[in-house]
Amino acid sequence: MSVKSTIVSQFEQVATEQERKLARLSDDTKLIECGLDSLSFAIIVARLEDSLGVDPFSAERAVDFPVTFGDFVTLYEGLAK
Amino acid sequence: MPSKPRSLWDSITAAGPPAGSLYGCGGGVALAGLAHASILGGRLEELRGRSVLLAITDQLTAALAIAELDGVARRMVLLTPGLAAEHLPAVIAGAAADARVQDTDRCSPGREIGIGISVDARARLEPHPVRRASTCETEWILLTSGTTGAPKLVQHDLASLTAALADRPPAPEVVWATFYDIRRYGGLQIYLRALHAGSLVLSDPAEPLIGFLARAAAAGVTHISGTPSHWRRVLMSGAAATIAPRYVRLSGEIADQAILDGLKAAYPEATVAHAFASTEAGVAFEVRDGRAGFPATLLDAPGSPVHLRVAEGTLRIRSAGNAHGYLGVDTGSFPRASDDAVDTGDRIEQRADRCYFLGRQGGVINVGGLKVYPEEIEAVINSHPWVRMSRVSARRNPITGAVVVADVVLAEADGTGGRPPSEALERELLHSCRRSLAPYKVPAAIRIVPGLEVSAAGKLARPDA
Repeated sequence: MSVKSTIVSQFEQVATEQERKLARLSDDTKLIECGLDSLSFAIIVARLEDSLGVDPFSAERAVDFPVTFGDFVTLYEGLAK
Repeated sequence: MPSKPRSLWDSITAAGPPAGSLYGCGGGVALAGLAHASILGGRLEELRGRSVLLAITDQLTAALAIAELDGVARRMVLLTPGLAAEHLPAVIAGAAADARVQDTDRCSPGREIGIGISVDARARLEPHPVRRASTCETEWILLTSGTTGAPKLVQHDLASLTAALADRPPAPEVVWATFYDIRRYGGLQIYLRALHAGSLVLSDPAEPLIGFLARAAAAGVTHISGTPSHWRRVLMSGAAATIAPRYVRLSGEIADQAILDGLKAAYPEATVAHAFASTEAGVAFEVRDGRAGFPATLLDAPGSPVHLRVAEGTLRIRSAGNAHGYLGVDTGSFPRASDDAVDTGDRIEQRADRCYFLGRQGGVINVGGLKVYPEEIEAVINSHPWVRMSRVSARRNPITGAVVVADVVLAEADGTGGRPPSEALERELLHSCRRSLAPYKVPAAIRIVPGLEVSAAGKLARPDA
């Protein structure tokens, strides 16, 4: 599974669990408008660390906080092997 | 003869009528209007001398009710939004509440529970002859969650809650905003500051973040406060530039270097300060140098009104801002250290001239500013017939500071072969957690493990987070 499809399926899974309506995800979907709250993002990041083996936010260097879904995917694609 | 008690109203009108306003989603209310008007429909006097439950959903209504009731009610219980209904009877009994103020048009919590008198309030001032005379030193009760999820009733009064405001010259034209709810300690501090010098923009849980920021900007926000989790959400919103504050404050969780740097980059003109406070210990300090942690010179500083000390690895605070105790049966559990300081339970490590927070002692996990006790979640998981034992721990998280994860040891199969594969088991356990726990308490991940370490004392080993 590609990094992007892993991320998409985590967004869908967490949205279902948190009973939130997920917006259609495209590269320019703003994260804040995708229907998920902070807790949902926290869970997604934790699970992606398990499945992709990386947490881009914990890297030593500072990261720009992603604003769109596309930014979010790029952040992971840059680190996941 | 004892001097006349000084109320919140006395304090904010000491130098003349207050100039500021409180802003909710539906508009603003000028504080000066309270001199001749009320939100309580002419029933303020009925509440004099009573123990009053503030069962109010709307923050602006609550903010105005607090300003009216201090000095009038004998006791004010600030119910936090989202308090589980099952805990309300114990809170009412513990506080000996004999009156309630509730929203007129929203569904107040516990409306069905019988209580002396109920007074409806709405976030609109109506002209009434009001006697703003202070006749009580009102006891303020704040709720914090305990190990079982049942709230503790923390006792404060106006003097302890405003201890950190003393000697602060009033700053003109300050417009505060806060992501916090003002019924929680961090938000209440901002509310009290704003009332004494300026205005305050209140949040609403139903309002999208971008809407709140736009409202704050429209009110001309200069000072704004929230937890690191709130601020990470702002930085991820793409709307951080909506506001241009002079002062950005973080509290309620450990502020790491990444979030401090992120905020400094987003608001280069602003002072980015992180503060430490807790409901029990009060406000300890504010750090403005943009670095995580705090200077070791704050420890044992002679002559400081807030005395900080590290003993047995945790931060102890003694100041006029300390809470007086827990109300009711739980009194013995108040974290009072031997020298009369309050033990915050926050573990500190000193590296060179700087002190850093390591996390909570006793394993309390902080998920986005909300306390989670591992034992409560373990109890839910352990109640499942397939589970032998479990250990809930914190995993660092860039969004909420921490999330909860669980390691689970399964009970021996009973030979009937009825146990589903681990993946289905994990799903089933998550499902049962979701049924009985608040969302932030549900583990982000469950791992089935072969065994868990038990200490020599027979307790589950809890490695330091």
